[in-house]
Amino acid sequence: MGAVWVYGELFEGNVHPTTLELLTKARSLGDGTEAVLLGPGASEVAPTLGEYGAQRVFAADDAVYTDHLAQPAVHTLHRLVEEHRPGMILFAMTYVARDVAGRLQARTGSTLLSNATDILGPDRGQTQIFGGTQIVDVALEGPDPKLVVVRPKSFEPQPSGGTAEVVEVPVDVPEELKRPTVVERHEEAAAGPKLEEAPVVISGGRGLQDAGNFELLRELAESIGKAAVGATRAVVDSGWVPYAMQIGQTGTTVKPDVYIAVGISGATQHMVGMKESKRIIAINKDPDAPILKIADVGVVGDALKIVPRVTEAVKAQKGG
Amino acid sequence: MNVVVLAKYIPNPQGTPDLGDDNLVKREGVEGGLDPGDEFAVEAALQLAEQSGGEVTVVSMGPEVALQAVQKALSMNCSKGVLISDPALRGSDVWVTARVLAAAIKRAGFDVVVTGVESTDGSTGTLPMTLAELLEVPALSFARHVEAKDGNIRIERQTETGYDVVECAPPALVSVTAGANNPRYPTLKNIMQAKQKPVDRPSLADLGLSGDEVRPTQQVAEIRPAPERQGGEIVEDEGEGVQRIVEFLKEAKVL
Repeated sequence: MGAVWVYGELFEGNVHPTTLELLTKARSLGDGTEAVLLGPGASEVAPTLGEYGAQRVFAADDAVYTDHLAQPAVHTLHRLVEEHRPGMILFAMTYVARDVAGRLQARTGSTLLSNATDILGPDRGQTQIFGGTQIVDVALEGPDPKLVVVRPKSFEPQPSGGTAEVVEVPVDVPEELKRPTVVERHEEAAAGPKLEEAPVVISGGRGLQDAGNFELLRELAESIGKAAVGATRAVVDSGWVPYAMQIGQTGTTVKPDVYIAVGISGATQHMVGMKESKRIIAINKDPDAPILKIADVGVVGDALKIVPRVTEAVKAQKGG
Repeated sequence: MNVVVLAKYIPNPQGTPDLGDDNLVKREGVEGGLDPGDEFAVEAALQLAEQSGGEVTVVSMGPEVALQAVQKALSMNCSKGVLISDPALRGSDVWVTARVLAAAIKRAGFDVVVTGVESTDGSTGTLPMTLAELLEVPALSFARHVEAKDGNIRIERQTETGYDVVECAPPALVSVTAGANNPRYPTLKNIMQAKQKPVDRPSLADLGLSGDEVRPTQQVAEIRPAPERQGGEIVEDEGEGVQRIVEFLKEAKVL
């Protein structure tokens, strides 16, 4: 097969962590590892991709790739694909790369495997269905490049110690592909560590009964320190907390040292985003809640009473 | 603006679907309905049409029972429906589905296409973008707020750290996140009226597609259960539970 490409992403002036995860996997698949990185700052950080296995990085620094959604990137990526004919392209399951992958499929007529958790060979990928309870190996047919959109945190990034040749890509995006325009950008950064990176994640579900009770989780997070607060799809859909806090099939995948599920029954859509956590604590009123069946410590009881008492006890521990 | 909204019929929206012997999800003979994620898309489509003057056509592809999903959208106030139902489409992958839907949407005509972000059963999450490329329009994806403003579409697009405001003139596709609005409840009168609304039933030939063109490009090679995570201890006393949680946090060295 041809080379395996990684569609790289920039995040806050650096390489997105998922790009390094994908490069680590790509270089184990053989026949050359190359990457595409588009957007302001791309050529500056491109050498990092070499350190994780990219032999060649196609880079373009233009803001056209960040100001008009996916079409400009798809235009450039498609041109590179026609010129270099990779066998497979890996994308991360992010807001940005998912758009690019979907559109590219319509141009190349290739198959696309979404929600992949592993790549088994040049035409075989792996995914999980039904909340991660079933593993499915999928044979990928049709023309190259095979497109695979991979769930974040599927692979542990490992440096290869290599260096990349950085190839400057000419920017020739037609005007008609610049119609949608980003007119404002808003940060909603929560205090404390990011969900994906926090060693402790505390998540709330419907069992919290009211949006205001998320404050109890924030207080516990603050008492522990390096902890972030997440939520289930049900409470995000109800408008209690922003979508950025959602953990699950839709939303963020987390693998913290400790995951604390508060008032969460354990719908499959949620479990797939957290079941790889090292340790799981669950607090739920319902002794039959599925989450209690996978928890290392499960407490059956009223979360609204238990959480504040844990916060007090943690503070006492730290004070003493 | 005339709006097309996509609706998917899914089995058992609240639980886990069953697989048949052919490794395909059982869609007939099981409880099902409109994908709950699509209700937000239908509501967003109706609001766009109401704000700008226009009507909403609901388009679905699926087995005969998918008519229920179309009816639900019609009862929410869509004007007419399109259902593509053909045995050759059973087991379709996203690539096939996108091409069938693109053909049906072009036939219906549109200024804006509205979709959910991903289906609740398949969760592939790439169909809206593939469809947009086939329709040669931008995809205003992951919209958590949608409005018509001065003839443009304006959305708040979810990002990893917050949201971007994106504006675009039609034609365009918008994918709407769950929770973006409060989907309306149909009244009994709406439900009765929905049954009188026209539902177009084009064949694949009407859409200019042949059976060969709708062959899936992915095959399930193997399905096996994932290793199950073992449960641990269950504490039923709240006071003891508090203690145990704190001890466990210490054991994990996060305190």
